[in-house]
Amino acid sequence: MLAIDLQNLTKRYGAVTAVNDLTLQVAPGEIVAFLGPNGAGKTTTIDMMLGLARPDAGSVRIHGMTPADSIARGDIAAVMQTGGLLKDFTVAETVQYTASLYPHARPIEEVLDRAGIRGIATRRVGKCSGGEQQRLRFAMALLSDPRLLILDEPTTGMDVEGRREFWQAIRQDAKRGRTILFATHYLDEADAYADRIVLIREGSIVADGTTAEIKNLASGRRVRATLDNPDLVALRAIDGVIAVELRGDSVFINCSDSDVVARYLLSRTAARDLEISSQNLEAAFVALTAKDAVMETTGAVA
Amino acid sequence: MTAADITLAPAISVERTTTPYGGFNITALRLEITRVLRNRRTLFFILIFPSIFFFMFGLGNKNARAAGDIALGYIMISMAVYGAMVGNTSGGASVALERSLGWSRQLRLTPLHPLAYVSMKVLTSMTLGLLAVLSTFTIGALNGVHMSASTWIMAGLAAWICSFVFAAFGLFVGFLFPAENVMQFVGPLLAVMAMFGGLFIPLSQLPQGMQTFAKYTPMYGVGLLARAPLVGGATAWAAGSVIVWTVLFGIGAMAMFKRDTARV
Repeated sequence: MLAIDLQNLTKRYGAVTAVNDLTLQVAPGEIVAFLGPNGAGKTTTIDMMLGLARPDAGSVRIHGMTPADSIARGDIAAVMQTGGLLKDFTVAETVQYTASLYPHARPIEEVLDRAGIRGIATRRVGKCSGGEQQRLRFAMALLSDPRLLILDEPTTGMDVEGRREFWQAIRQDAKRGRTILFATHYLDEADAYADRIVLIREGSIVADGTTAEIKNLASGRRVRATLDNPDLVALRAIDGVIAVELRGDSVFINCSDSDVVARYLLSRTAARDLEISSQNLEAAFVALTAKDAVMETTGAVA
Repeated sequence: MTAADITLAPAISVERTTTPYGGFNITALRLEITRVLRNRRTLFFILIFPSIFFFMFGLGNKNARAAGDIALGYIMISMAVYGAMVGNTSGGASVALERSLGWSRQLRLTPLHPLAYVSMKVLTSMTLGLLAVLSTFTIGALNGVHMSASTWIMAGLAAWICSFVFAAFGLFVGFLFPAENVMQFVGPLLAVMAMFGGLFIPLSQLPQGMQTFAKYTPMYGVGLLARAPLVGGATAWAAGSVIVWTVLFGIGAMAMFKRDTARV
């Protein structure tokens, strides 16, 4: 049974379509990074997985159940980006309160240990650093020992050390086979901690593959040329072309073999002013998630 | 895999049950009450303020002292009702703070049923109300208020139970405004209601028009019923007032609450 099964999800806020016909399936045990720029629809999608927002169209199933049923059974838990803590509880009290709401919660000490915050159990939440508060949210999410853990931009606002410790705790925990989906706009986090990366842009998935596959998308070169009225279909059909993007009268082509593309452009089209540059993951991310990109990705698995 | 690894990594359970009583439990209630009592501002208005008023209007007032036990008892009961009113309202209104901080949203990710959450809020509010009544009565007893045992008990119970109307009021306000500082706006409103409930000065000393208006305000019935064991004068109108206002605020709170906690 799938851990997450999203079918044709759509969510609109007024005239804005936050999530647009999104279909995503995650198998048990996968660690998936949900990668995209701010406003791409990551949080809205996560809210629908958690039953905090109702989709306008499409369906959400978590281990075959509705989000509400899954939450009632403690089978899904989440670490949200900010907020959600009371400053005048101590760390231990916050965990204790949350634990009391579950029928078979893990012991308080155990989750504090796993989250690496046993040493600050008696500290007031209001006096904890951002990183400590985030590990507290993580500890709370572990209480019901959920099969699926969702993290929404969990390291926003943390310093480097805080991020490292947070991910160490997550990674340690993931060894037990928990399914984890985390949203991030940090490429290095997706690269370092996920088995699979799902790239989202304007509410739709633009690339989905193993970390290696997504990196391959990025490992090629980028050819830019000035070209009036380019035949995008023909350009995409060139061997090794990954994505074609049009900006003004410039065409940008991401490809694995820039020689073939350059030869084609110069001999078969009116292209001029040609430039070739090498790509990195950052550039691929920008290219794949750019707002006005016209693209077609290949080599990605759905 | 070694034995040590197995103990470190037990399989994640697939067998799962839902939580009993929608998550309502004594541990959470205890933690909640402890937490609320950490708020100095709340404590001041519930425990200290009514007693200060008792000293000012009662013991510090020559006319009141001259009027004897009844007047002192009247003022003490009124102040207890005031404390219970503030306690109940701030207990209910704390949902506003919890919504603005995102705690309510966090709780929606747990099996806690919204009705269980509200029940725990009401019990917390009633506890604050009880503390207000007990502390004011203790100060009164230690400072010259003499009443029969049955009057102490009946007045205390009436002050405590009738002020439940303000737990409903607090919840209504709390679900209506998601503001951290909602009590700062509601506080002055409570003082006005208290005046129309005859808590600061007897209603009979107000102009006739205001006396008539007072009968339609939420504190009127509560004040009257709480003082009745001492001075008499309980009316069906007063009882009706408490019930009608409780129902009205309750309906308002439920409507806001449903808007807030709709589950998907």
